Amino acid sequence: MPEVLLEYQSEIWLSIGETFIMVGFSILAALLIGLPVGTFLFLCRKGQLLENQVVFSSLNLIVNIIRSFPFLLLVIFLIPFTRFIIGTAIGTAAATVPMTIIAIAHYSRLAEQSLLDVPKGVMEAAVSMGASVKDIIFKFLYVEARSALVLSMTTSTISFISYSTIMGVVGGGGIGDFAIRYGYLQFRTDLMIYIIIIMVIFVQIIQYAGITLARKIDKR
Amino acid sequence: MIILHNVSKQFGSFEAIQSVSLRIESGEIHGIIGASGAGKSTLVRMMNLIEQPDEGEVIIDGETLNLLKGKRIRQIRQSLAMIFQGHHLLSNKTVFDNVVVALQLAKVPRKQRADKVMESLRFVGLDKLKDQYPGQLSGGQKQRVAIARAIVNQPKVLLCDEPTSSLDPNTTAEVLEVLQRINQEFGVTIVIVSHEMEVIQSVCERVTVMADGQVYQEIEIEPTGIHKMEHSVDGIIKRLKSGGDLNHA
Ligand SMILES: Nc1ncnc2c1ncn2[C@@H]1O[C@H](COP(=O)(O)OP(=O)(O)O)[C@@H](O)[C@H]1O
Ligand SMILES: [Mg+2]
Repeated sequence: MPEVLLEYQSEIWLSIGETFIMVGFSILAALLIGLPVGTFLFLCRKGQLLENQVVFSSLNLIVNIIRSFPFLLLVIFLIPFTRFIIGTAIGTAAATVPMTIIAIAHYSRLAEQSLLDVPKGVMEAAVSMGASVKDIIFKFLYVEARSALVLSMTTSTISFISYSTIMGVVGGGGIGDFAIRYGYLQFRTDLMIYIIIIMVIFVQIIQYAGITLARKIDKR
Repeated sequence: MIILHNVSKQFGSFEAIQSVSLRIESGEIHGIIGASGAGKSTLVRMMNLIEQPDEGEVIIDGETLNLLKGKRIRQIRQSLAMIFQGHHLLSNKTVFDNVVVALQLAKVPRKQRADKVMESLRFVGLDKLKDQYPGQLSGGQKQRVAIARAIVNQPKVLLCDEPTSSLDPNTTAEVLEVLQRINQEFGVTIVIVSHEMEVIQSVCERVTVMADGQVYQEIEIEPTGIHKMEHSVDGIIKRLKSGGDLNHA
């Protein structure tokens, strides 16, 4: 273990903890809100079960707007909203607000795309068997798309880590911010490189876990 | 008994079905034949209200289906099973689990499910493959799983939209044999849509010939008259395919 990592280890662990909180909340938001939004987007598309041009276009526009914001600007733009929700716009808790919002938009789009890969015939067969919309979503759509949904979540999680590095600007902390503070502001290039290596290892682990799980549950 | 009374269906300004009336007796195997685009699929999909007619009535055993809503339609669909050209199975579920889904949807008590699934799989000769995934099966086997799934709730009608069109001749014969047994052993009314005359004439008792969204002709395939019918229907289909004038078929 390099000396400098040991020297800063308590601060590094704290930063990793902050990253886990921000990314963890993002994953939770992606699953609990992003997935339903993505499913709804998919179902409201033309030719799909709940086809609804107005709902689809509106949702689609909102998701696009959030996704096309440069993330730093989104964070700043959301400051009043964050203050309203959390009571302050500074700190790790406040950082989860813009993180969850980008997470929902990010994953809902990827989930929608994953569901598009489910053969139309599977849904048609489900309808012919008397399945309700809820049955179709849980007993057919998610079953057929599950490995694509896992891969999308892997991709999203890696993006969330990347987004989280920006949260330093509002005092969100996190491992990325740690690297920026020491590497860039205090010219501790060695420390920055070690942190980058740690982040690369994280991303590799997530990627590997995601792909392994996706393969395991894919019986096609 | 399935009755379609003056049903019509438009897609945009295109009239896919133009005031079609049709009567299919309980227990018969009824064929619907016609060239691609004739409206066969649209017509058969109206029989379980997957496609809602713009006009006319769909009456099955005295109940007017197109007046029904949501939950009741979904219930009724469980007695009007359907199979398609593709098997449309869940590739991430085993053969057993694919069939059991139909029972779950019909809210069959958990304890009764396994027996029913196995009975259904035995009927189509696939009970030994219950733990396989669809990806491990041949095309004919997959279609037989789809049939097992369709009959597990003991439907009174089985609607088949081009059930053998992606299968080779041997497998086609296998699948048709299963359909015939379903009809004979359980008295299930079977509607088979196909653009292939061999399929229709090998199992159907009566045939509706469709062209351009309309019923062109109703034909009885009598045991004594099969040969004659073969030719006349064949002639019609040839003309349909070559875009010829039906009135001289
Ligand atoms: N959902 C739809 N939207 C628009 N046109 C459709 C739709 N379904 C079918 N059609 C059109 O209706 C006609 C009849 O289609 P179909 O019933 O599938 O014919 P068949 O099964 O005899 O080949 C075709 O011209 C087809 O393009
Ligand atoms: Mg068709």
